[in-house]
Amino acid sequence: MRLKTRGVLPGFGLSLGYTVFYVGLLVLLPLSAMIIKASSLGPSEFWSKVTDDRALAAYKLSFGSAFAGSLLNAVFGVLVAWVLVRYRFPGRSIVDALVDLPFALPTAVAGIALTTVYAEHGIIGEQLAKIGVKVAFTPLGVTMALTFIGIPFVVRTVQPVLEEIDPDVEEAAAVLGASRFQTFRRVIFPALLPATLTGFALAFARSLGEYGSVVFISGNMPMRTEITPLLIVTKLEQYDYAGATAIAAVMLLASFGMLLLVNLLERWARRAEA
Amino acid sequence: MSGIVTQRAKSAQRRDTQVGESAFVRVLLIAIALGFLGIFLVAPIATIFSAAFSKGVEPYWTALTQDDTVSAIWLTLLTAGISVPLNVVFGVAAAWLISKYDFWGKSVLVTVVDLPFSVSPVISGLIFVLLFGARGWFGPFLSEHDVKIIFAVPGIVMATTFVTFPLVARELIAVMQAQGSDEEEAALTLGASGLQILLRITLPKVRWGLLYGVILCNARAMGEFGAVSVVSGHIRGLTNTLPLQVEILYNEYNFVGAFAVSSLLCALALVTLCVKKVAEWSVSSRQAKRDASARALAVPASTAVNLEGMLP
Repeated sequence: MRLKTRGVLPGFGLSLGYTVFYVGLLVLLPLSAMIIKASSLGPSEFWSKVTDDRALAAYKLSFGSAFAGSLLNAVFGVLVAWVLVRYRFPGRSIVDALVDLPFALPTAVAGIALTTVYAEHGIIGEQLAKIGVKVAFTPLGVTMALTFIGIPFVVRTVQPVLEEIDPDVEEAAAVLGASRFQTFRRVIFPALLPATLTGFALAFARSLGEYGSVVFISGNMPMRTEITPLLIVTKLEQYDYAGATAIAAVMLLASFGMLLLVNLLERWARRAEA
Repeated sequence: MSGIVTQRAKSAQRRDTQVGESAFVRVLLIAIALGFLGIFLVAPIATIFSAAFSKGVEPYWTALTQDDTVSAIWLTLLTAGISVPLNVVFGVAAAWLISKYDFWGKSVLVTVVDLPFSVSPVISGLIFVLLFGARGWFGPFLSEHDVKIIFAVPGIVMATTFVTFPLVARELIAVMQAQGSDEEEAALTLGASGLQILLRITLPKVRWGLLYGVILCNARAMGEFGAVSVVSGHIRGLTNTLPLQVEILYNEYNFVGAFAVSSLLCALALVTLCVKKVAEWSVSSRQAKRDASARALAVPASTAVNLEGMLP
């Protein structure tokens, strides 16, 4: 990096001005409008709105199913990344491309497709119904949708780290008498841990706010399968702007917390690599 | 998730290790991974297309050419047609700023650019309702002047632009940072103006990252559901984009219609994934060519490419 100082290329003022103007107009102004609206409620009113029973049930479902979905992704994401980086098999690059599907597929489309797959007569739902597991219109369905949404995150954060791991280290471990599993547990896994946690946190943050893919499969029963973003929409439709804003403020705070956590994890991951 | 294209460029040259799992373990792990992806990714795609064509080609076609669906297609094209160019111009400016200069507050700016990613789509819609809705900040002013933003097309465009806003920028930032500024600085010493450098050096250099950013931004703009659903008001034939049309058809139990519209959006997503793959390949082959020419000329890689770029 030669550009230690500001840099010699022209266009600093123009690009800075335009970027800050656009970000301010489109992101900061609307977000601050929301924060001001939320803070105009007054502490006791705000507190009662964000802690009523229905809201608490929604947080519990949102956080719980986002956690479960991201955990599932952490386990299978590492496995998928491992298989894609380490093994050669026919169709590997198609599979690799497909991992990004949840990123590109509209959430509403994913929602109705997953609902159909897991409904009682769907291709997977039918099999599960035989063993007495009901997925669509239950909290399990919400978890399934959030797992779908989170798939790219762990895979894409772990993949580059796995590619960088020096094979010499593994060979050394093998020479020293470690079994393959010991090598994975003691040598590879610690190297992958920061990236895995970063991917987990990214998937969790995305799942918390997810709306489109969940509303179809969840069934939307208040207190049972109503996620927090849906509760915000419901309140808006009843013209309860104050209630919607208060709950949105809680969710926004949660996403900022996750953003901070992701930044810390990434810093840790960079230090671990160095 | 940043720098998808650049991250993958390195993957080409991996030597096989001497140590490894037994063939049985390999096959088992591949089978589990493919099983997981099959259940979560392939089954939904297969369902979309089989449900769309479940009654044959004719009902599929009828569903797509229905008046409401056609107007939803037009509105979706219009929305993407406004949001995507706005975000491309912003993306180029922001990437230029962030990759070419060091300045105070840069990391804060990068975080703010990424903000719309960590905000729930529902909240992305809500903030515009709070600003421009009937009881929002500018509500009274707007109704006085008879301007409608919420439950109308401008609101849909704004919410879509907000949600898709970081996509081009973050692809370009990653590619531009990876490629450095040596060529640009050489052009500057040869007397090129800023605009010439941008149009003739930088943009050609990052064209694949730019293309993928644009395609992804477009797919997301056309497919945005949560934010648009909050601001649109669901007026049939007027403020329904394609994803909202999917919801309406599905809730009316018109499954062939819902999945027919979905199949269009799913095809768009699959095309996006193909473009990404092609972009990765061309970046890694460019990297390989660059390494080869550097070795052949026995001069630093950046200078070699420089000469290449400068010649007519």
